[in-house]
Amino acid sequence: MSYEFTKDDLSRIEEIKAKFPEVKPATLPVLWLAQKKFGHVEPEVQKLVANTLGLPEAHVHGVAEFYTQYYKKKKGKYVLDVCTCLSCQLCGGYDMLHYLEEKLGISQGETTEDGLFTIQQVECLGACGYAPMLQITNERYVNHLTKEKADRLIDDLKNGKVPDFEVMKMKKPQKGAN
Amino acid sequence: MASDWQEYTPLLIPDIPDLHKLDVYIENGGYEQWKAVLSDEWTPESVVNTVKEANIRGRGGAGFNAGLKWSFMPKPDGGPRYLACNGDESEPGTFKDRMIFEFNPHLFIEGALIAAYAMQCTAIYCYIRGEYNSWIQKMERAVEDAYTRGLIGKGAAGSDFDVEFHIYSGAGAYICGEETAMLESLEGKRGYPRVKPPFPAQKGLWSHPTTINNIETLSNVPLVIRNGADWYRSIGAESHPGPVLYGISGHVNSPGVYELPSGVPALDLIEKVAGGVRNGKKLKAIIPGGSSTPVLRADQLEGVNMDGDSLREAGSMLGTAGMVVMDEDTDMIEVLWRITHFYHHESCGQCTPCREGTGWLEKIMLKIRSGEGEIRDLDLLLDLTTQMEGRTICALADAAAWPVRHTITRFREEFEARCKKRSKVAASA
Ligand SMILES: Cc1cc2nc3c(=O)[nH]c(=O)nc-3n(C[C@H](O)[C@H](O)[C@H](O)COP(=O)(O)O)c2cc1C
Ligand code: SF4
Ligand code: FES
Repeated sequence: MSYEFTKDDLSRIEEIKAKFPEVKPATLPVLWLAQKKFGHVEPEVQKLVANTLGLPEAHVHGVAEFYTQYYKKKKGKYVLDVCTCLSCQLCGGYDMLHYLEEKLGISQGETTEDGLFTIQQVECLGACGYAPMLQITNERYVNHLTKEKADRLIDDLKNGKVPDFEVMKMKKPQKGAN
Repeated sequence: MASDWQEYTPLLIPDIPDLHKLDVYIENGGYEQWKAVLSDEWTPESVVNTVKEANIRGRGGAGFNAGLKWSFMPKPDGGPRYLACNGDESEPGTFKDRMIFEFNPHLFIEGALIAAYAMQCTAIYCYIRGEYNSWIQKMERAVEDAYTRGLIGKGAAGSDFDVEFHIYSGAGAYICGEETAMLESLEGKRGYPRVKPPFPAQKGLWSHPTTINNIETLSNVPLVIRNGADWYRSIGAESHPGPVLYGISGHVNSPGVYELPSGVPALDLIEKVAGGVRNGKKLKAIIPGGSSTPVLRADQLEGVNMDGDSLREAGSMLGTAGMVVMDEDTDMIEVLWRITHFYHHESCGQCTPCREGTGWLEKIMLKIRSGEGEIRDLDLLLDLTTQMEGRTICALADAAAWPVRHTITRFREEFEARCKKRSKVAASA
C-alpha cells in the first residue's frame, strides 16, 4: 500500500513548519498527523513523513522508535492502554488488566482476531487520583474503572461508541474547610 | 501557617463556572496583570525582582526559586530567546498541571506571557505530554482565543512587545519531562538529556537562551504581580510559600487534586482533606510527592508539613506534591518492584550507571518478589543505589535510586521476611 498526504494535509504541514525556526521540530507533529490519518506509522509512513519534510528517513525512524505513542505496527481499531503504574497498581490496575485480557481473550501486547481491540500495559498516564484507569487509542481517558464499567465500555466500543470526556473536578477538603 | 489551610480559598483554580473561557476569565480580572506589566508601571527587571522576592519555588519537582532562575538569562542581544513550559507531567503520582489546562488555562497563559516579557523572550513553547491529547486541544483553543483577542503576538495588548505562543505535543516518553530532554524533543529529536553545562539559559532551544518552568510555577506569576511579593510570601510555609495543587491518590476515600496553601500537615491532608484511609484501614506509608520521593512510614509523619524543609527534615522531599497513600495491607515489595520497573522502562540508556543500574534494580526486585531473594540481595540493592547516584547526565538515575534505598531501609523487616533464610556457612568442623 502506498501512502500519500492530501493537499489539505500539506497545507496543515506548512502551518506546523511555520511554528519553528527549522524543519526538524515538525517531525513529531507530522508523525502525529500521519498516525491520526493512517492509524499507524509503519516504515512506509515514516518514509512519507521524511520525504515530505525533506529529512533523512533514519531521523524520522529514530524518532518514531523512541516515543511509545507512535504505532510502529498496525494495532487494533481500539487500543486499550491500561495503567498499572504506582497509584493504579495500588487501586487494582492489574486486576483490570487481567480482567480485560480474559474478557477479550488476548494478552497485553496482542490484538483480537477481528482487529477491534489491542491491550497494552502502560506507565502512569497522569490520572492517578482516578485509578484504576485506561486510555483509548491515545485519546479518551476512562477513569475509576470497575468490571461493570469495563463491560459497558467494551460493549459500547463494539458498537462504535467512544465514551464522552469525563470531567474530573477539583476537590474540596472533606473536613474542616470553609 | 500550617493550620491556616482551613480558611483558604483557591487562587490558582477558583471555583468559578466556565473560568476556562476567555470572556469569563477576563470578567474576573484576567489579563489585567499582563496589561499592567506591559505598561510603564513595570520593567522587565522589576518583574524579575518581584517574582524573585516572592520566592515561587518551582513546582516541577526541584523547588528552585523561579525569579532567580529567570535572572540567569543573559542580557538580550536582539537574537531569539525562549521560554519552554514543562507540561510533561509524567512522574507517577502526579496529575495536577492538567487541572490548570482544563479549568484555568488563561491563568497559565498569562503567567507565561509575563515571564516571557520579564526575560524578553521572543517565543513561548508549551510542551504537553502526548497522552494529554484532550488537554492539548483545550490549550490550543485557549491560545487561539488569546491570539484572536490581541493578547499574544505582534503588538500584544497594545504594546510594542512581540511574542509567539505555541503548544507542542509529546509522544510518550517520561524522560522528556527532564528539561534538556524536553528541549531535544521540541527540536524534533529523540529525548536524550543534554550534558550540562552549558545550561539552557546560555544554550537552550536551537542554542539560544532558554528558561524552563513548570506549568503550575508559571500559573503563580499573575498572582504575585497582582498582589505583590509580601502577600504571596504570607501564604503557607515561610520557606516554600504560595498555593499548591496537591494530587492525592492511592488508598484514600476521596482522591483527587486539592488546592491549598503549602505546608499543610501531611496527616491533615490524608485524614481531613482526602477523607482518610479507605475501608477503615490504618495508614501504612506515603510517598509524598511523586514516585521518586522517599517513602515515609506512618509513624514518621507526626508534625510533618507538606513543604520542602519539613519534608527534608523528615527524610523525604516535596517533589510534585503528588501524594500516594498506602494502607496497612500494602505489600511494599510489590510497590518497590513496580517503581523499579518504571525507571528501568524509562531510562534513556545514555549513561551506563543508569541503563545497567535500573536494569539490575528491577531484576533483583523480581527475584525478591518471587521469593528467591536473599538478605544479601538487599545489601546489593543498597550498594547499587550508591553507584548510580550523582554519576549520570540527568537525575533519572537518582530518582530511581532513592525509592530503593529508602523503601528498603524504612521497611527492612518486611523485606527480610520475604528473603530466603539460609544457614550460614556449611563448613562447620
Ligand atoms: C527524569 C526527570 C523527569 C522530570 N519530569 C518533569 C515533569 O514531568 N514536569 C516538570 O515540570 N518537571 C519535570 N522534571 C523537572 C525539570 O527537569 C525541571 O526542573 C522543571 O521543569 C523546571 O521547572 P520549575 O523550576 O518551574 O519546577 C523532571 C526532571 C527529571 C530529572
Ligand atoms: S541518567 Fe538515565 S535517563 Fe538520564 S541521561 Fe543518563 S541514562 Fe538517560
Ligand atoms: S499511576 Fe495510573 S495514572 Fe498515574
